[in-house]
Amino acid sequence: MIEILSVRGPASIQDLGRLDQYRFGVGTSGAMDDLALRAGNILVGNDENAAGIEIPMMPFKVRFCRDMAFALTGADVEATLGGHAIPPWWKLHACAGDVLDLRAMTRGARTYITVAGGIDVPVVLGSRSTQLRGEFGGLHGRSLLPGDILPCAAPSIPGYIGELGTEPADIALARPNTPAGDITVRVVIAGEYDAYDGAAQDLFWSSSWKVTPQSNRYGYRLQGPPVKSIAPIEKRSHGIVPGVIQVPPNGQPIIQMRDAQTSGGYPKMATVIGADLWRVGQSGLGGKLRFEQTSYADALAAHDEVSHYLNRLRTSVRLFEEMRRCR
Amino acid sequence: MNAPTLPRISLLGTTALLFEAPGTFDLTHQRRIWAMAATASKWPGIREAIPGITNLMLTFETPPRSVDALVLALREGWDEAQEIAIEGRDIELPVTYGGEIGASLQSVADHTGLSIDDVVSIHAAPLYTVFALGSHPGYCYLGGMDPRIAMPRRQTPLQRAAGGSVSIGGSQTGVSASPGPSGWHAIGHTTWTFFDPSWSVPAALAPGDTIRFKIERVIR
Repeated sequence: MIEILSVRGPASIQDLGRLDQYRFGVGTSGAMDDLALRAGNILVGNDENAAGIEIPMMPFKVRFCRDMAFALTGADVEATLGGHAIPPWWKLHACAGDVLDLRAMTRGARTYITVAGGIDVPVVLGSRSTQLRGEFGGLHGRSLLPGDILPCAAPSIPGYIGELGTEPADIALARPNTPAGDITVRVVIAGEYDAYDGAAQDLFWSSSWKVTPQSNRYGYRLQGPPVKSIAPIEKRSHGIVPGVIQVPPNGQPIIQMRDAQTSGGYPKMATVIGADLWRVGQSGLGGKLRFEQTSYADALAAHDEVSHYLNRLRTSVRLFEEMRRCR
Repeated sequence: MNAPTLPRISLLGTTALLFEAPGTFDLTHQRRIWAMAATASKWPGIREAIPGITNLMLTFETPPRSVDALVLALREGWDEAQEIAIEGRDIELPVTYGGEIGASLQSVADHTGLSIDDVVSIHAAPLYTVFALGSHPGYCYLGGMDPRIAMPRRQTPLQRAAGGSVSIGGSQTGVSASPGPSGWHAIGHTTWTFFDPSWSVPAALAPGDTIRFKIERVIR
């Protein structure tokens, strides 16, 4: 078990999401940085879909109620365990009573705590992710509060299994030619792209889009020069997925994120590819985003690149375990 | 709303494909969408086939190497799709029009040039059909609204609209099942449970069900 000692902002329990309930109007939820959650789970020997804690704001403090392995992935944090500084993207071992104190994020927007065995909240409609709008899943369907006790499942690999780190995803999968401070994400154009003239399309690609304070797990509302369609567009409501970039009549794009509605009718300029959506989840308020057009084929290649990164990590963890057993 | 003459098929990144049927927003077309959803949900590699308003979204188990085969199957599927009539439930929903939650009732009256009473009676007159579920858990998109009370969606969506809001967006109407962001105009509210994850089918209503709004009260 883990006890939440202090929390600021909407921290929540997330796995990779509830992917097959769209027909009931239920969105995916799930980790905003799915790559960080996967990596964290691999480090502690879990199934990649095990639930972890997503933390968007610091400080955040928990107490481990028993000995257990855990990892910090996602945003870089200044963190201590029992008063000693610890690195992110490492699997570490906590003793019963140890306090993990996340003090400040130094890069990125969301940190993940994964624990060996996973956070064992009930599976609701196929997932442990918190569905904030529907108020189910996660811990009582809500964000975490001080005093909450999180149950943890027994780890598949019992006992102490050594400490191990990995290269953070944003370094291993760094994108070339991104202006300093900006985050570039690759997008595939969507249904209404041609309803914008060349000048509006150019603005979409060339602008550095500011992430406004109205950005959260529902969506990222961006600010920049207004991108206006040639004529007003009123579409019949249709399914949308995380990553879809809608442009309401005010010309300010909104990237749909994990808690987004499952359908909408605003025109869609493009969709952030699945392999890059975590980069959006790691851009903080006030940050800058840029869109880079990519083909469907290149988007699949980007997926493969992410898979290779995770495969390398799986292999490292396995080799590390084998070496340790041989000693 | 203009009626396209050919189906439109577009990508939603690497996650899904969107099929938009040609023709008008009516029950005839929606019944073909329901038929196509039933078929497409069994296609290999498709996680879910989700009806929208005269459109259909297919989500992928994993992104296919090429979507050409799916695009072809969708085009053929639409041509072959026969209307299916679903024998649904009939629900009567009492609605309080206007008030704090339905504050856009006046804006709809202003926009349409109708009186508040007219907007209310026009909205409550039809027998609506649940065309599709979407937006948020348990939310139903309804077909059958009188186009006289249509109003374009908001220029900028609201961060938070109340649960139970009865609202208009474009030529569509619906009732929200829980509080959350919305680009629609709320003209009233209802108290009803649309969704419970512990039910064997978590949503109370399904495509094909019908709804009649009963005017409980009008707050001006």
